Amino acid sequence: MSIRLENISKTFGQFQALSPMSLNIDEGEMIGLLGPSGSGKTTLLRIIAGLEGANSGRIQFGDRDVTNLHVRDRHVGFVFQNYALFRHMTVADNVAFGLEVMDAKQRPNKTEIQHRVKHLLEMVQLGHLANRYPSQLSGGQKQRIALARALATKPDVLLLDEPFGALDAKVRKELRRWLRSLHDEIGFTSVFVTHDQEEALELSDRVVVMSNGHIEQIDEPAQLYAQPNSRFVFDFLGNVNVFEGKLTQSRLHNHNAWITAPSSDVPMNSGQLYIRSHELSLHTEASKIANLPLKVVAVNPIGAEVRVELAPHEWQSEQIWEADLTHSEYDRNPVKRGEIVYAEPRNGYFFRENSHQAPEQVSWQSRSLDETVK
Amino acid sequence: MASGQRHQQRVGDRPAVKYTLIGITLVLTALLLVVPLISIFEQAFVDGLAVYWDSLGDPDTLHAIGLTLFVALLTVPINLFFGVLLAWSVTRFEFPGRKLMMTLMDIPFAVSPVVAGLLYLLLYGNNGWIGEWLYEHDLQLMFAWPGIVMVTVFVTCPFVARELIPLMQQQGREDEEAAVILGASGWQLFRRVTLPNIKWALLYGVILTNARAVGEFGAVSVVSGNIRGETNTLPLHIQLLYEDYQATAAFASASLLALIALITLIFKAFIEWRQERAEQLH
Amino acid sequence: MPSSLSVASAKTRHKRVLPGFGLSLGSSLFFISLILLLPMTGLVMQTADMGWSEYWYVITDERVVASYKVTIWAALIASVFNGVFGLLLAWVLVRYEFPGKRILDALVDLPFALPTAVAGITLATLYAENGWYGELLAQWGIKVAYTPLGIIVAMSFTSIPFVVRTVQPVLEELSPEEEEAGITLGASDWSVFQRIIMPSLWPALVTGVALSFTRSLGEFGAVIFIAGNMPYVSEITSLMIFVRLQEFDFPAASAIASVVLIASLVLLFAINIWQGRYLKRLHGR
Repeated sequence: MSIRLENISKTFGQFQALSPMSLNIDEGEMIGLLGPSGSGKTTLLRIIAGLEGANSGRIQFGDRDVTNLHVRDRHVGFVFQNYALFRHMTVADNVAFGLEVMDAKQRPNKTEIQHRVKHLLEMVQLGHLANRYPSQLSGGQKQRIALARALATKPDVLLLDEPFGALDAKVRKELRRWLRSLHDEIGFTSVFVTHDQEEALELSDRVVVMSNGHIEQIDEPAQLYAQPNSRFVFDFLGNVNVFEGKLTQSRLHNHNAWITAPSSDVPMNSGQLYIRSHELSLHTEASKIANLPLKVVAVNPIGAEVRVELAPHEWQSEQIWEADLTHSEYDRNPVKRGEIVYAEPRNGYFFRENSHQAPEQVSWQSRSLDETVK
Repeated sequence: MASGQRHQQRVGDRPAVKYTLIGITLVLTALLLVVPLISIFEQAFVDGLAVYWDSLGDPDTLHAIGLTLFVALLTVPINLFFGVLLAWSVTRFEFPGRKLMMTLMDIPFAVSPVVAGLLYLLLYGNNGWIGEWLYEHDLQLMFAWPGIVMVTVFVTCPFVARELIPLMQQQGREDEEAAVILGASGWQLFRRVTLPNIKWALLYGVILTNARAVGEFGAVSVVSGNIRGETNTLPLHIQLLYEDYQATAAFASASLLALIALITLIFKAFIEWRQERAEQLH
Repeated sequence: MPSSLSVASAKTRHKRVLPGFGLSLGSSLFFISLILLLPMTGLVMQTADMGWSEYWYVITDERVVASYKVTIWAALIASVFNGVFGLLLAWVLVRYEFPGKRILDALVDLPFALPTAVAGITLATLYAENGWYGELLAQWGIKVAYTPLGIIVAMSFTSIPFVVRTVQPVLEELSPEEEEAGITLGASDWSVFQRIIMPSLWPALVTGVALSFTRSLGEFGAVIFIAGNMPYVSEITSLMIFVRLQEFDFPAASAIASVVLIASLVLLFAINIWQGRYLKRLHGR
């Protein structure tokens, strides 16, 4: 069932939790609401569920206008962050609850309920725990029971609030894959909330990035990564280095450091260059492209990459820079802690000063290619 | 409490300190609480079992027992019903004046029972603005059992809500929200999700209300009129006997009330034991 | 937290998520108005009928003023004693394991569960000259029953649970880490107790003592049997009201009651506001 949100807004007292926003979710889609705490993502989820009322706007499930419909009648499945399993009921009774409280007319008979519960428990691979109590389950098991309980009534949409927030890293990864495959198998429309960008990118068909009560960007994960449209999204997706410079003589200057304006049709201006950490190479001296002296603070070989932490040397940056090098790259120039190195960008994104427009993609690679040809 | 065993180095864990403090506490508790409790029964049985049964079998005593139970039987359900609704409203919803409502609910804790009795007497007695109307219609509430029930409801009304509110606040509303999403109606939600979680606290609230209801003295003595065999509750009867120099008879009746108090305490200990065991299972 | 604030905006079209708002709030308001607030109107009307000078004359009557003094002093001493004993009890119950601990924990509630009249005659008998304690104390020349000392004994008996039950949960929540940090920094047990534990404990302790004081001010049943009720010496204010009532002097009884009522309501609201404050500081919300 598709979900259509029109002009939804929400205030808590004086606090604007959600600025008016619209969002369309297609049938069968899995949407991740991504943002830091306080961004309004949980509020939005609770409004879709009907646990909160919006101050303005309309909500439609398919052709059904559910704006003024009580939670009970919206027919949504909801998985709470802390699962909210009924602690005095067995696992099977928890899953059966939604079926047992149906009107006598709709309610399946006892054997049918038993059958459905059995089937659901098998689907979440926990058939053997039917008679346990929630306190006897691990976090991951509770999560799956909560999901089975939510799916028991065959809801139109499934909503999950930080579904993996309370789990440790390994279980989280496992459950993530399992949820995605379950989603692909059954095809329910689902919306989940997360503050973990990796989770959002891996799990969602589309990601909705939120901050301060409004939507920053809605895109497919690959697109979101390739074209973040704001400084916020960039910062939130992480691993990015910022070079703030003033343009003089086709170079961006920051104190003694500079980067040549890339050879593109884009007329450059003063502003900020965002360069992802894997788009940097390190050299022993400045090149024609850039003079970015940095002092090596730490060298961490992690898995397939070597992460080098760098402090700006005689120029200013708010944060420590990071460069992710491949092992072979690193072996060619094994930098040591305390050394001064010169970084050179390959690709980046340029935000104009005093502008809130999407960044321009810039590249220095053609130029360096030109240089080698010459 | 388990942490006391894990952290061997907590303040005051040195044996000398520990056993001194435990010792002082036990001695003081024995002197201030245990001995008085025992002496009630000692005084009751001082002239032997036969006298004990005799004094309980006295018609006035029997009537006092009956009236006391009758009053408790009316008071407890009233306070149970409203206590649950009050706890539900202040823990499940936000509304202006919520805190004020909880404070108002504490009034009976703070107000002297004599003042409580007087309030009712002034309003419903023959000179009160409601009392006058009642008098014209030949309805007598004060110096009769309805008045006793009314002041007992006043004095004991916080107990159920007081037991429930902290528990329900701590449990939060997520369970109930989950049940609503799954389609439960109001009654299904209360009976199948809320009630199982609060039943022990609720039961303790009821038992405590009962203990206070059978034992209320100050407020009842203002509105009862102390008519022997008519409006004398057990605590008032104890006073009459005691002031009549029938100490043994007074303590015989007192022993019944003390027994109810003991049952209340045992029940509370049982609930706490259950709760701790449940927590250890987690 | 959005969820806790959510229902505040009642003006929206949105129905409340959980059922029973109208029913529960409606009946609670009805109940509170009928049982707690309505009866106060009788007192207000009764005292309003009196002139100010008459009112003042009644409430400043010498015997009545003596009863205020006795009540306040006795309640003060009783609640301070309970502060010390209650803290000790709470500490022992939270920090130590020993046989009989559960019984001790249950016994703390005895004064709540035991009818005040029963407590009254029991204490009066124990401390009477021929009672178990009375006889012993008489050897030292101490007389408790039928003196103001008896009032203190009765008041502290009935209000001891207030201190224990307010301090106990706070003591349970104290993290061992802070103490351990203090000890690793070289502080002695006593200075850790003074400088790390007490600062987090004393708001609860003050609340408990204040509750105990409020309760003691109003205590009646337990006190009158042991106090001896001698005018100007061992007569508490609650009894003064009762005495005036038996003289059928309703206006005087009401006037004195209004003083007691206002004092206890002011105390109650002050305690609640104070408690709200320190809870806010403790939990940061």
